[in-house]
Amino acid sequence: MTLRTEPVVVNVGPHHPSTHGVFRMKLTFDGENIIDAEPVIGYLHRGTEKLAEERQYTQVITLTDRLDYVSSMTNNQAYVLSCERLVGIEPPARGKYLRVIAAELQRVASHLIGVGFFLQELGVFGGTALMYAFRERERILDMFEMLCGARITLSYMRIGGVLQDAPEEFWPSLRSFLDDMPGYADEMQALVFESEIVRARAIGVAPVSAEDAVAASFTGPILRASGVAWDWRKAAPYDVYDQVEFEVPTCEGGDNYDRFWVRMQEVRQSLRIIEQCCAQIEPGPVRATMAMLFRPPPGEAYVPIEAPKGELGFYLVSDGSIAPYRCHVRSPSFMSLTLFREMLVGWKLADAIVTLGSLDFNMGEVDR
Amino acid sequence: MYGAGILRGLGVTLRNLARRPFTIQYPEERVPQHPRFRGQEFTWYEQRCTGCASCAKYCPLGIIRIVTDPDGGNEQDGGSYKVDVFDIDQARCMYCGLCVEACPYDALHMGSGFEAATLRREDLVINVDMLKAREKRPSTWFRPQLERAKADPHHGDPVEWREAGREPFPWHPKRPAQTPEEMDHRASADGSYRSER
Amino acid sequence: MGETLADNVIYRNVYAFVEGALGPDWAWAAYAAGGLAIILLVANGVMAIGTGYTWFERRLLGRFQGRLGPNRAGPFGLFQPIADAIKLISKEDIIALGADKVVFTLAPVVMLAPTILVLAVIPFGSGSWLADLNVAALYIAAVSGIATIAVMMAGYASPNSFSLFGSMRAVAMLVSYEVPLVMALLGVTILAQSMSLVDIVEAQALPFLIVTPLGALVFLAAVSAELNRAPFDVTEAESELVAGYMTEYSGMKYGVFMLAEFTNTVVAGAIFAALFLQGWKWAVLPSHLWFLIKVGGFVFVAVWVRATLPRFRLDQILSAAWKYLFPLSLLNAMLLAAEVIIWPERGAAELGIMAAVNWAVSVPAALLWSRAVSLRSAPPTLAALSPRAFSGAAGRARQAPGGEAAPDSAARSAGTEGG
Repeated sequence: MTLRTEPVVVNVGPHHPSTHGVFRMKLTFDGENIIDAEPVIGYLHRGTEKLAEERQYTQVITLTDRLDYVSSMTNNQAYVLSCERLVGIEPPARGKYLRVIAAELQRVASHLIGVGFFLQELGVFGGTALMYAFRERERILDMFEMLCGARITLSYMRIGGVLQDAPEEFWPSLRSFLDDMPGYADEMQALVFESEIVRARAIGVAPVSAEDAVAASFTGPILRASGVAWDWRKAAPYDVYDQVEFEVPTCEGGDNYDRFWVRMQEVRQSLRIIEQCCAQIEPGPVRATMAMLFRPPPGEAYVPIEAPKGELGFYLVSDGSIAPYRCHVRSPSFMSLTLFREMLVGWKLADAIVTLGSLDFNMGEVDR
Repeated sequence: MYGAGILRGLGVTLRNLARRPFTIQYPEERVPQHPRFRGQEFTWYEQRCTGCASCAKYCPLGIIRIVTDPDGGNEQDGGSYKVDVFDIDQARCMYCGLCVEACPYDALHMGSGFEAATLRREDLVINVDMLKAREKRPSTWFRPQLERAKADPHHGDPVEWREAGREPFPWHPKRPAQTPEEMDHRASADGSYRSER
Repeated sequence: MGETLADNVIYRNVYAFVEGALGPDWAWAAYAAGGLAIILLVANGVMAIGTGYTWFERRLLGRFQGRLGPNRAGPFGLFQPIADAIKLISKEDIIALGADKVVFTLAPVVMLAPTILVLAVIPFGSGSWLADLNVAALYIAAVSGIATIAVMMAGYASPNSFSLFGSMRAVAMLVSYEVPLVMALLGVTILAQSMSLVDIVEAQALPFLIVTPLGALVFLAAVSAELNRAPFDVTEAESELVAGYMTEYSGMKYGVFMLAEFTNTVVAGAIFAALFLQGWKWAVLPSHLWFLIKVGGFVFVAVWVRATLPRFRLDQILSAAWKYLFPLSLLNAMLLAAEVIIWPERGAAELGIMAAVNWAVSVPAALLWSRAVSLRSAPPTLAALSPRAFSGAAGRARQAPGGEAAPDSAARSAGTEGG
């Protein structure tokens, strides 16, 4: 017997515990099942792209910190790489290595939070794994403080290198972090990924085929979870990614579990990259000679990088003045929401929350 | 075996029960800050400032207001403008440090603190008198010379303007490579010569 | 009951006082006054323990997560429940526009009622219980169902979809989990040949936790579903439903809900201790304290589970109840019934043999059955309901830019398979 019921429209967000910032979902329910879903974005729009047009190239670095505020370092990196291509300047080797170390630390921090929220959204009170993730992230933030004096809004990278060399005490703390982190990653894996409840909840839920993922411009972990081993660090190596060895972890299922699993594996690969960078880095200047105020030749530049959440790039157009004529941000989080409806329809409310978490988007980057 | 993963997860949480909490009880204890921390207590050496207003120009938010008096100093002699107004509006400051990076004479430094809460917005504006009167505890952020001298804004001694050396950064090509010795023979911000050592 | 009540010093004094004041004709009033005094003491005492338990749970949960938990109010944050209560009382009591006022206001009261009613039959220590009811197990199962009516009332009365979701989930869970709960109680009843909790405690020469592990497992699962505790806390699922049926509540109404919830956990611990952990028996400490320690063990495990396990989805919870717990509890009851026929007299030795048999049967049964029951998610079947679902996403893929820029081809060769 089927009971005919009226569909209910429920606004999940913008004020909801698990919408990752001020994100609003208009979900239409038939009982617990979602029959229609509509994302509503724009609650965190700050006009970053417009603001960038009114600021000098160096000043825009501070704006990029605030896009995806859990991975400021890679935002800096994407921006300065585009600027460097625009100007035609090459940073010194030590600067590049420091950039990669910082960016990979940031990737670890970002993925830790992403994976930590998995358990939170599956319903562990306070997300126990999230607290553990914050504990480890705290050490990364301490290291960032040593590098650049800030913990979140870093502004560490500069056009032509990095701001300044790492202090002496940075290297021992990086060493101890690299020694400890695999153990914590194992612990996290045991807590999050081996639990039968998690597997029952997440495996097979909201799968995205490789074809769909590519069609929807998915990049980063959510694309690799669908089985496409696409990584800008491999495809078009920037900085020193061509000097280091690492693997691009992929999964086949493309479901919620795989999306988090890929992140967990990437944490280990990031640690591997940092190890190699530590071994290869040599003393030297960290920054090319470059004035703070400069006028790049007219032209345009776009350098995509592999940010923790996917392909991040700044499309810069110069008209020869001190500020960019146009600055467009290709943000991975925004693209992650393209299949929002297709992924949610047919699943239940509880799955919708986890699916949202598995996309690991950041509203600062979606709305810009 | 079904349930083994759950048991392992329970083991992880039990192991963490035995670990020390990692949280900081904030008002009583504070996270130890690195000397490079970019904090709110801007340090400004008036003796070094020429009133060029580079800091104001490079501030992404335009929150530094500088009014100088060209008659106050002897600029033909390599002297400085007299700085009448130096307002930093902390209410909007994001402590990015670009002003400090832009300063060609190492006169402005980041500070250490972060507890800037006040009851009125106006109180958040740092003016020139406050900057002059402040104890000089510069952050070592973007100041390698201070780092080499092992300056610590949190536990170390205050750094006087003569001790805060200069760093000729190669990536600022237009910056004159001046040493503190040369600086001594230059007019200070209030117009008087200070050649004594 | 009469004998033990007459031994009670509070009862005796109140009885003597009232009888002395009013005369022997008023003996019934003295009896009522004495009984009420004890009821007040027990109800308030247990609720005070429930309030204190909020502190315990939050502290312990904090330590499980590497935090400290509440530590500001008083030494070790011990006064936190009091601070919470003061805050909740002083808050504005909001009744949302469009709410069914009477039902909305009544729901917290109804929620608290079963918590107190259940206290009547729990033996807190040797010789201290309010009523040695001969159908106590049945009474517990019956009374604990009232809480779901309260949840239903709260969800129905609140003009909020999240509240309604929470309460509908609660009803669905109650219908499913009463069955394994009663079956688990049946197993214990068969073993003890009595429904009275006092008799059940007396019958435990060995703890029934050891004798009937399957029964304890089913009971634990069913009771945490009844209590809305992890991993079955879909009713208030804070990551999905904000606060579930309590979303619209504020002030002391919310406080009463929380009090009932936390007290319920303590009471469930007491029931579990009486049914499976020998109650007050084998006390090396004063029997009340010994009982309290056993309850503490139960709530420790409850908090531990809450800190570790995510919640099931609603449909998984229902399948787990019907496909997994219900057959296992049937097996358990049949096993115990057979054993009771074989060993009519059950001392420690016989119970030991039964325990060995039960473990040997139930561990493989539970494992095998868990293989047969899959909680994995099936692909959605409802996509057809929605004409726009899965439209064109696959179609567009064929138009993806070709050449070297297409991630599809370039990447598969560039990367290696991992994970």
